[in-house]
Amino acid sequence: MTEQTRRSFLGGLLAFGTTAVGALLAIPLARFSLDPLWRTTSGVLWSDVGPAADFRSMTAPMKMQVAIEQRDGWRKVLSEKPVYVVTGGDGRPRVLSAVCPHLGCSIGWSDAKKQFICPCHNGAFAPDGALLSGPPPRGMDELDARIEGGRLQVRYQYFRQLVPTREVLA
Amino acid sequence: MTARLVDWFDRRTGIRGLLHQALDEPIPGGARFAYVFGSGLLFLFLSQAITGVFLALYYVPSADHAHTTVAYIVKEVSSGSFIRSLHVYGSSAMIIVLLLHIGQTVLFGSYKGYRELLWLAGCVLFALILGMAFTGYLLPWDQKAYFATAVGTNILTEVPWVGSSLKQFVRGGNDLGTLTISRFFVAHIFVLPAAIFAFVGAHVFLFRKAGAAGPPVRAQARTTESFYPRQVLMDVAFTAVLVLALGVLAWFIPADLGPEANAADTRFLPRPEWYYVPVFQWLKYWPGARAIVGIVVIPALVAALFAGLPFLDRSKERRPWRRPFSVGGFAVVMLSLVGLGVQSRVQDERDPAISRQLALQHDAVDAFMKEPFEPEVTAGARKVEKAAFVNTTVAHGKDVFAAQACDACHGADARGSESAPSLVGVAARFPNGQLTQIVKTPNAKMSDGGMQPLDAPDPDIAALVAYLESLQ
Repeated sequence: MTEQTRRSFLGGLLAFGTTAVGALLAIPLARFSLDPLWRTTSGVLWSDVGPAADFRSMTAPMKMQVAIEQRDGWRKVLSEKPVYVVTGGDGRPRVLSAVCPHLGCSIGWSDAKKQFICPCHNGAFAPDGALLSGPPPRGMDELDARIEGGRLQVRYQYFRQLVPTREVLA
Repeated sequence: MTARLVDWFDRRTGIRGLLHQALDEPIPGGARFAYVFGSGLLFLFLSQAITGVFLALYYVPSADHAHTTVAYIVKEVSSGSFIRSLHVYGSSAMIIVLLLHIGQTVLFGSYKGYRELLWLAGCVLFALILGMAFTGYLLPWDQKAYFATAVGTNILTEVPWVGSSLKQFVRGGNDLGTLTISRFFVAHIFVLPAAIFAFVGAHVFLFRKAGAAGPPVRAQARTTESFYPRQVLMDVAFTAVLVLALGVLAWFIPADLGPEANAADTRFLPRPEWYYVPVFQWLKYWPGARAIVGIVVIPALVAALFAGLPFLDRSKERRPWRRPFSVGGFAVVMLSLVGLGVQSRVQDERDPAISRQLALQHDAVDAFMKEPFEPEVTAGARKVEKAAFVNTTVAHGKDVFAAQACDACHGADARGSESAPSLVGVAARFPNGQLTQIVKTPNAKMSDGGMQPLDAPDPDIAALVAYLESLQ
């Protein structure tokens, strides 16, 4: 073997070795930086609304404050959102967002009119949340709800405004 | 194909000439393992820079988030503990390899022959690296970081005239706090690394200008050998050992994180990282008015002698056995540091009160490491009501409290009535699960007062207990 070929052979070996070790070390770095990509614990969790029994014999929609817990990296964001619990067709409670699908104002329940009224632009909704009149493009948005261990739970979400269909915002 | 690509680059960059210059530099006396420490340090510095940049993806430099974000890195993020451990152990490795590098230079007398600036640039790098170790240590904001830095910055007050102003400047105030983290963070990731890059450049440039010094015995330096391939191979072999050692350590013994800094913990005994233990021990011998001698005068003298070595040891003689003062002096300082370190350890072990407290601190770290990650609770922007609803379990507990008619006697907000006492602070009287027990089976005094045993499903009891614990 000549000196020249020995030197380039060594060079190749070094280049290969360095690349291999570098690639090996890059694995934990890649995992570390890509961590948020495969994190599933973030996002909206189920929030407690109250004992399911309380909503069995409602005569009017009930306004409830629910505590929303959201994971955001190393922090947990807690907030409170108002929702309405209404009676569904099958007797199971349904939960409606109080955010108006028109421009996002807080919808109120009028006991006198037996309607939901949005105070901003007079959007009116039936007791089940269906659109009656006014500028809102659709009825009140229903939230995913379930009954777990006798308690009504809801998954709070936001929806796109000013569109006729219910589109979840991430 | 490769040749044409290299030609293309060479025409524009002169890369062949650069490589040629870098690799064919002559080494008098041939390649040796004694010369590997410089490249080792360069590798370690790059590794610290890379892992550091990645850690900054999650770290937040502020007193209320620093510890949470480091805990998140250690306990939640994939490979987080491994990468942080590489960074933590890398800092220790840098100190070790740095001492080996300096030891080799002193032993071989390699600072001689127009190499004063090269040596001085190295001294600055030494100081910068110690600064990196000191500033980085605070950033996790756990107990040991907090208290070690409190002691470390307190030393600055001994500096004549400007001492207390200096301390306030470094801390960003009188006490250690969130501004201290900001300052240490800026020093650790902007100022010091930039200075290190600059001085590494100067150090390498001056080294190439002066050339490799070769062995101290002139007879051994008659032949020369180019840097490539044998010296490169040795450097790479040493780097491979470093990679392996750091990787194995970080993988099998991950660096720990203690509980969050608590300034009110008056019993905590600060102990610095191992490389600062000798200094820590040294300070113990200089109480009161003499402190200035031990803390300022003597270290300044040692540092001046060290930096001035190539100016003081001017003879052409490089054989270590013919240079008793420089080699001997260096050995004495190093051995004294080792001795101080050992002494500190021995004193801690002999004093039962100290060793008990240190063991407690050690257990607290272990316990914290075993706890699952606890995210920091942030209140959302549109928060309507505080109190019971902040935690859904507590909210449920309050419902249970009402549903089980506890409120009939203890009052709607558990603040008591004529028939039963307030339950505010009740958790402190029945810690560690006793509360759960006591609601299920009240003690005699409670039963006499009319308290009924609670018969409810376990989740409801747990929620009730959470609610009672929330009453402050």
